[in-house]
Amino acid sequence: MSVDVTAPIDTTVRVRRPRRWSPSLIAGIVLVGLVAAVGLLSLVWTPYALDDTSSGARLGGPSASNWAGTDRLGRDLFSQIMVGAGNALVVAAASMLVAGVLGVLIGVLAGATRQWVDITLLSAVDLLIAFPTLLLAMLIVTVRGASLSSAIWAIGIAGSAVIARVTRVNVARVLREDYITAAQAAGTGWWGTITRHVIPNVAPTLLVQLMLLGGSAVLAEASLSYLGLGAPPPNASWGRLLHEAQSTMTVQPWGAILPGLAIVVTVLGLNLLGDGIRERTDPSLRGDR
Amino acid sequence: MKGVLFRVGALLISLVLASVVVFVVLRLLPGDAAGASLGVGTTTDQLESLRSELGTDQPVPVQYAQWVGDLVRGDLGDSFTSRQPVADLVAAKLPITVPLSLAAFVLAVLISVPLGVIAAVQRRGPVGVVVSAVSQLGVAVPVFWVGVLLVLVFALTLGWLPSGGFPRQGWDDPAAAIRSLALPVVTVAVAMSAVMVRYVRSATLDVLDQDYLRTARSLGYSRWQALRRHGLRNAAVPVVSILGIELATSLLGAVVIENVFALPGLGTLLLTSVTGRDLPVVQTLVLALTAVVLLMNALVDMLQRVIDPRLRRTGVTA
Repeated sequence: MSVDVTAPIDTTVRVRRPRRWSPSLIAGIVLVGLVAAVGLLSLVWTPYALDDTSSGARLGGPSASNWAGTDRLGRDLFSQIMVGAGNALVVAAASMLVAGVLGVLIGVLAGATRQWVDITLLSAVDLLIAFPTLLLAMLIVTVRGASLSSAIWAIGIAGSAVIARVTRVNVARVLREDYITAAQAAGTGWWGTITRHVIPNVAPTLLVQLMLLGGSAVLAEASLSYLGLGAPPPNASWGRLLHEAQSTMTVQPWGAILPGLAIVVTVLGLNLLGDGIRERTDPSLRGDR
Repeated sequence: MKGVLFRVGALLISLVLASVVVFVVLRLLPGDAAGASLGVGTTTDQLESLRSELGTDQPVPVQYAQWVGDLVRGDLGDSFTSRQPVADLVAAKLPITVPLSLAAFVLAVLISVPLGVIAAVQRRGPVGVVVSAVSQLGVAVPVFWVGVLLVLVFALTLGWLPSGGFPRQGWDDPAAAIRSLALPVVTVAVAMSAVMVRYVRSATLDVLDQDYLRTARSLGYSRWQALRRHGLRNAAVPVVSILGIELATSLLGAVVIENVFALPGLGTLLLTSVTGRDLPVVQTLVLALTAVVLLMNALVDMLQRVIDPRLRRTGVTA
């Protein structure tokens, strides 16, 4: 047999050098970059103002003047989809921030302090993982009302559980390494160990998890907006656009198709970006997973 | 046996914690149930009397004790808005939500297990590549959008199935009921399959790389024979743990999808209660759905021990 290495995780032998720029990474960067560019552009320019009801005929199909057609009030759909890109990215970035800060804090505390802290925090995290994001969001919306920030908090808090889990496992793993013992012997304190040795080691894994979280945040926000629990009307959210277009899609199907495609492109981009970063940073990863 | 007792104990503790979370989130964040349910322009007297009627003038721990006490005795409380018992409201919705999520789950398993195994065995062949690509795309698709597209194609364009609603006679008209649930079931199942195919494929790939499968091949078994005799049971262990989570997902998927198809089920009830700030209904429904999720996780843990004897020796599953 030509296979002679039986490492516990990786049983295939790859002689060729790992690709620094995998197709996933490139595709992810292109897709997320495209959405980000459209979102940024929408801040300074859209073909029509969002509330401009005279941009074209009501429920018109795609044309030279309205690239995605118009909605039932005669507003330009392409402009709304452009603004929706900004909205989706704000939700993704803000939930990633909430989940990242909360999750890393909980994970480091659980992995690098006393055992009772670890057990207490882990039980809380496990409960949060079992608690469905959608239900948490509904609880928060019941109390705070439907808004962009309610959605962000719900998605961020739910996501922090996964980040905390990943952080904790990796913190515990890094802390067992010989170089940590060496650093501590050399006089590095708890804080120094965490910031100089643990965080840099955990960062690539966390970045991957955060990208995947960003993808699920875009999906969750779209679901909430579709249900009418997201950002209220002046904000253009893809989920709400789909909801509004559903009742008129016999006349104008594009309104029910294009915002959905925008969601898929964004989520696919973030997922591919996560996969690409993992392939780039994790040397033990097989190419075909 | 000890493992089972341990798991049941852990389940009970999680349930209690979940009830605390639901209760605290609904009470301690700014906002007042009585104020919200009466709306603008009510007098302080009206507010006070409603608060004492609802019990929200009591200290929070007392309210919690009352709620849990009532729950244990089977009293789920009354809705703020319709004044009907929550138990009756929920019971009326179960004949829609339960068949929807169970059928979607079964269909998703029937789609994803064979596809995932084939994708793993032929990982470099055309089938494997296509299945992987489609599922990568599928996990990026919002479940409600799948529903919208299916309505557009099969209801509005082809006219094969109704675009939404549920027959007034309910299950007394089985053919109409099944026709109403067909598109919702397919929607939830398709969305779930995209996720499950990836797990099945990855679990099967792990098994395919194992030494015992190589040994079986060296004894003259074909790739498929070796996998069937030695591989599938091993691959089933991680897949079963996902199935439990996915059964819960199908329930939550149903909650969203009912709103796409205007089905009067639990999801529609939950959404109207959330927008109407109907606290008793929201807290009972959220807790009940969470309890189902936790119960699934516990059952799956125990089922894994049945499939994999290695897990029985240790007290806690990994």
